[in-house]
Amino acid sequence: MSEQPLFKVTIDNITIEVPAGTTILNAARKIGGEVAPPAMCYYSKLEGSGGKCRTCLVEVSKGSEKDPRPMPKLVASCRTTVMDGMEVKNITSEKVIDARNGVVEFLLINHPLDCPVCDQAGECHLQDLSYNHGKESTRFEFQKRTFKKHDLGPYIQLHMTRCILCYRCVFTADQLTGKREHGVLDRGDHAEIATFIEKSLDNEFIGNVIDVCPVGALTDKTFRFKNRVWFLKPMDAHRDCPTCSGKVTLWNRGDEVYRVTARKDQWGEVEDWICNTCRFEKKNTGDWVIEGPRLIDRHSVIAQGHYAGSIGMHQPKETFEAVHNGRKPKLLMDIHSVSNVNRPEITLSKLDRPAHSTDFKPNQD
Amino acid sequence: MGVKLLLDKAHVEGIRSFEVYRREGGYRAVEKALKEMNPESIVEEVKKSGLRGRGGAGFPAGMKWSFIAKPEGVPRHLVCNADESEPGTFKDRYLMEHIPHLLIEGLIISSFALGSHDTYIYIRGEYAWIPDILEQAIEEAKANGFLGKNILGTGFDCNIYVQRGAGAYICGEETALIESLEGKRGNPRIKPPFPAIQGLWQRPTVVNNVETLSAVVPIINMGGEEYAKIGIGRSTGTKLISACGNINKPGVYEIDMTISVEAFIYSDEYCGGIANGKKLKACIPGGSSVPVLPANLLLKTAKGEPRLMNYESLADGGFATGSSMGSGGFIVLDEDQCIVKHTYTLARFYRHESCGQCSPCREGTGWMEKILKKIDEGQGKMSDIDLLWDIQRKIEGNTICPLGDAAAWPVAAAIRHFRDEFEWHIQHPEEAQKRNYGLAHYADPIHVPA
Repeated sequence: MSEQPLFKVTIDNITIEVPAGTTILNAARKIGGEVAPPAMCYYSKLEGSGGKCRTCLVEVSKGSEKDPRPMPKLVASCRTTVMDGMEVKNITSEKVIDARNGVVEFLLINHPLDCPVCDQAGECHLQDLSYNHGKESTRFEFQKRTFKKHDLGPYIQLHMTRCILCYRCVFTADQLTGKREHGVLDRGDHAEIATFIEKSLDNEFIGNVIDVCPVGALTDKTFRFKNRVWFLKPMDAHRDCPTCSGKVTLWNRGDEVYRVTARKDQWGEVEDWICNTCRFEKKNTGDWVIEGPRLIDRHSVIAQGHYAGSIGMHQPKETFEAVHNGRKPKLLMDIHSVSNVNRPEITLSKLDRPAHSTDFKPNQD
Repeated sequence: MGVKLLLDKAHVEGIRSFEVYRREGGYRAVEKALKEMNPESIVEEVKKSGLRGRGGAGFPAGMKWSFIAKPEGVPRHLVCNADESEPGTFKDRYLMEHIPHLLIEGLIISSFALGSHDTYIYIRGEYAWIPDILEQAIEEAKANGFLGKNILGTGFDCNIYVQRGAGAYICGEETALIESLEGKRGNPRIKPPFPAIQGLWQRPTVVNNVETLSAVVPIINMGGEEYAKIGIGRSTGTKLISACGNINKPGVYEIDMTISVEAFIYSDEYCGGIANGKKLKACIPGGSSVPVLPANLLLKTAKGEPRLMNYESLADGGFATGSSMGSGGFIVLDEDQCIVKHTYTLARFYRHESCGQCSPCREGTGWMEKILKKIDEGQGKMSDIDLLWDIQRKIEGNTICPLGDAAAWPVAAAIRHFRDEFEWHIQHPEEAQKRNYGLAHYADPIHVPA
């Protein structure tokens, strides 16, 4: 095979070279960090995915070296290939941020926001996205669209109310399993993922739809309500599996295996598909050879304290000094000086004795 | 009386049959094209004619044809888009019902020009009786040697198939149409690749509207240059307009695009004025997706010039003060019509017809409908108007296919031009249930800055 030509592309003022045919999104992922647009429906391992959720919209400010005209509309970076000399604006474009905020708002208007009782919380891409782009309140004043919960076979539950119709599970079933038994029924905002006449999904690899689901619409019934993901310890493990690679991540608490998932890379994408036996039926530590802790490179707020990873360890921006115009904190309890119930005339840090309860009580005179 | 190229023979008795159509000079263009011309010269002739797509976007047809990829050994296809579902548009239905052989003739010539041996007509499912008419016409053409193998002894093979849709507006979008034609769910594809490169079954495909393909017949008969002399500027030839709403004579009219909007509405030859002696309030000039215009901006452009029924003049002023020719669905509203209710009706349509594939359209259309329903029922708030504006702004341009834009534009135009009516509706909820806002200043002469 001949050497593919390299295209120069500039994303948010960072220039890299990528092979021709690379999408803008994958080029941005090579740069990494915040330059990579969020993707709710695109999945590099699923052919034909992407273009639907519109969260990865970017502005192309220069088409290419040959044709420098900017593209008139924002484009879906996951489905637009780079041209030589292309210039792309992602987080440096106000238009993009505005559109992305809009998309997040659209995705949330009918979402139940039931994160406290959702198994996906803590590893939910929609949750991450709303932290980064969402508003704290909603402008949607109507009843949300709801669906009944469905059991798709013995292991998987479909909670359509949470679904954002990314079609990833449809592509997974289409491409990974012999026959697809589920798809999208109806259209518009009442469209739903459904099986043909409640037919259960019966395939050795169908469990992977749980891993590709970016939200909590498809959840593992064997793990349902058992634990929160941030209390669990992810461990890489493998077993000699006759059907799949057997390379998984175990989610343990103590010695107990709470759930088994495929290993996911830093973009939340599965590295190797795993079979249902590994996923649902091997829940003893003895079934597995443990390799070591799995570093989950995630950026969600919930994931911060627990998971390792360069993106996850944000320092809070609101440090004391920044908030108080450069003044250094005197005591941990610095609210003393602005409190109405205390005695602000006493500077606690200047007392030559331990602070006494009388120093805090309001003046009784 | 304007020039008529498409409908001049539509009312000859028995024109639906091959004999009468042939006697009236039909299929002459096929003979000329297949025997005297080659595919390149036909494309060249269509380019010269300046024919623009009649489906709504107005893209030059000859240019579209020249984009089709011609890889060695890969079949190419022509698809006729007869999925006419835009509210207010019913011109293709009229054409197919009355003079089906004109479309078949246009299809044969276009198939020859594009090298399509299997040509498809994708027809709207609700037009339940028309496939029979078309299939009969196809049979007759075949029996007379104009279709099938070795047409007129020229060695060109072509078959035309009629495929019915299943009742989805979105399948009028060319890539959704192709998906549906392949037997899949009618979701629009993400472009690129465009159908001219990878269309039906991943083969190069051209999708054209019924009227566009029918217009190829007079172009071949009279020559592209002659055709281009009809009309003004880049609006060449004739256009079918389906007029409806509060007018005396609703129906399908063929116009030559030099006529003014005012003459079209008020002359006896066309719409015959507003029904019941009422006054004109507003009009959607090109099918439900294009911006609605108040009477004063409809009849005159912002510069004070009379507005003409053609692509350029209707679009004069952009969406701020203009609209678009669209598909030619001319919907007239009189003083008794309520813009809020009207906008709500359109929003309901788009919500129902959104395919649900991409988020802004799926969620945004439903949200807009809910807000408009609330305002219509007298429960609205003043902030809802700005919210609607913001929602439509975030849908427009951010979706896979133009349905998102089509849903956003009517709402945007209604707020842009009729904001006072929305405000009145919200501020006087009880009164708004009993009467309409009326004409207000919408028909006042527009102020033209010197």
